[in-house]
Amino acid sequence: MSAMRLIFDIALTHVAGRGRQTLVAVIGVAVGVGFSIAMAALMQGGQDDFVRQLVDTMPHVDVTDEQRTARRQPAEDLFEAVAISGLRPRDDRRGIINPTKAVSWLEEWMPGRLAAVLNVQGVIRYSGREVGAVVIGIEPEKEMRVSPIVEDFESGSFSALAAGGNNVVIGDTMASRLGAALGDTITAISSEGRARNFKIVGLFHTGTTARDEGEGYVLLKNAQILSNRPNAINEIRIKLDDPNAAPSIAHRVEVELGYKAVAWQEANESILEALVVRNVIMYTVVAAIMLVAGFGIFNIVSTITHEKARDIAIMKSLGFSETDMRRLFVIEGLAIGIAGSLLGWTLGFAIT
Amino acid sequence: MSPLIEAHGLTRILQETVPVTLVKDIDLTIGEGEFVAVTGLSGSGKSSLLYLLGLLDRPTRGMLRVRGRDTEPMSETSRAETRLSTMGFVFQFHFLLPEFTARENVEIPMRKVARLGRDEMRARATELLSSLGLVDHLDKRPDQLSGGQRQRVAVARALANDPPLILADEPTGSLDSTSSEQVFAILDGLVRERGKTVVAVTHDFGMAARMDRRIHLVDGEVSKEE
Ligand SMILES: Nc1ncnc2c1ncn2[C@@H]1O[C@H](COP(=O)(O)OP(=O)(O)OP(=O)(O)O)[C@@H](O)[C@H]1O
Ligand SMILES: [Mg+2]
Repeated sequence: MSAMRLIFDIALTHVAGRGRQTLVAVIGVAVGVGFSIAMAALMQGGQDDFVRQLVDTMPHVDVTDEQRTARRQPAEDLFEAVAISGLRPRDDRRGIINPTKAVSWLEEWMPGRLAAVLNVQGVIRYSGREVGAVVIGIEPEKEMRVSPIVEDFESGSFSALAAGGNNVVIGDTMASRLGAALGDTITAISSEGRARNFKIVGLFHTGTTARDEGEGYVLLKNAQILSNRPNAINEIRIKLDDPNAAPSIAHRVEVELGYKAVAWQEANESILEALVVRNVIMYTVVAAIMLVAGFGIFNIVSTITHEKARDIAIMKSLGFSETDMRRLFVIEGLAIGIAGSLLGWTLGFAIT
Repeated sequence: MSPLIEAHGLTRILQETVPVTLVKDIDLTIGEGEFVAVTGLSGSGKSSLLYLLGLLDRPTRGMLRVRGRDTEPMSETSRAETRLSTMGFVFQFHFLLPEFTARENVEIPMRKVARLGRDEMRARATELLSSLGLVDHLDKRPDQLSGGQRQRVAVARALANDPPLILADEPTGSLDSTSSEQVFAILDGLVRERGKTVVAVTHDFGMAARMDRRIHLVDGEVSKEE
């Protein structure tokens, strides 16, 4: 034990004795470690923010009236060996059948909140100008529990719709492109050509262009009238208590309701994959930095061993064995590495 | 009782592209309490012989016993232990560990053995250095000492663990005559008063003449022994 202590003392004296060289090596390691930590932290932080934003702004599970695969044909139920080819998912989109039942079934077991909406493709016109838009029919109290827009109103809010009447809230970009302002009456025209007038009772600005420019919210009932589909809905937006549960819940919904249910992870697969690639690149860079720092340590220790060749002879004559000498230089390398890492750690946390 | 050192046919050949023979067929017996001079021209193999005797190098062939124990089968660790318990070295050049003070240099071999407590080691180092006239230089580092002072620190260090054998490679080679005389007197005292064995390489024939025995090397071989 005390022999180890002695070797330790000698190692520290050696390392401390070559002030500038040690300092350079320690700083090299520190900068490497520091920047690696800072970079990892920044990127991880950025990524966390990004994912959080994604999770906040999107429905965690989005059920639409699309179908991923063709419905099971009655013949398949009757005859085991029947294979029917050439089937395509239906693409005349008629909305989610039996919406009340679907919603109450979901509310029964699904841990989270949901809002059923009807999206109507159309245009919005005001004093001779028009923009393409999705008119979204909502139930304000329910929508407010799942919508990311709630916080983004510049004037008015979803609750202004709740009072009833022919009112709409639109994005600020759409308003300025139409030249319309709060209180003005715009005309919404569905793709079938049905038109209705709505008074602007709210303006929002989310920062997402597609939304600010292309979405208008009206009461569900009004959207159903506009599209001539009484009682219809074509989307159920779900916010889960635990966003990570989205894929399994989406799967269950899809299997049992028969409609396409997309978890946010699936909707953003390419982005999430890009994040993985980014992480791989980052850790490669970090590894490269570490390698360089490692070379720095190797370099200084091998310089020390060379310069200390005569000291090594002396120490051997003083009864130190080869093993002792090896330990000595390993400790010197470790000392530099540890000092550098600690400093780098502090540095990294100071930067971030 | 077996002699301190016993060598038969001790030979060391460096396996370079052209093999270099450092020493060849050395037969040597050194007993307790002897004061032995190793002489010879520069390059005759004096340092090489000392390294072999001090177990700092392994012979290519031949037999070497230290206190009756064959050194051939020893592991590196037990060679290190034997050095530690049996020998003290005084080198030709570069005597001390440069980062440590005179006293620390003397303490290091004691700490390696770890028989004494820290205070005792310190006291013993102080005492050894003082007895060699270095009481004012205890806490100086080697680069703050003169050549003669460094050489005396090296002697103090060789004595740290009270080994029976001191191997000294030209301990007075780089010193002026006064310092040389001083170091020689110290070594002589070790043999005469404390019963140590000293093997010292020297170029100084006057000095060699005052020792008990002289081993003269020519081209790595013993040419004369008296
Ligand atoms: N590592 C080596 N490689 C090649 N030759 C060597 C090596 N070490 C020593 N020699 C040679 O071996 C011979 C003996 O060297 P050694 O150092 O033992 O001589 P020495 O008698 O101590 O000389 P000096 O009085 O100059 O110290 C010399 O000719 C030297 O050049
Ligand atoms: Mg020599």
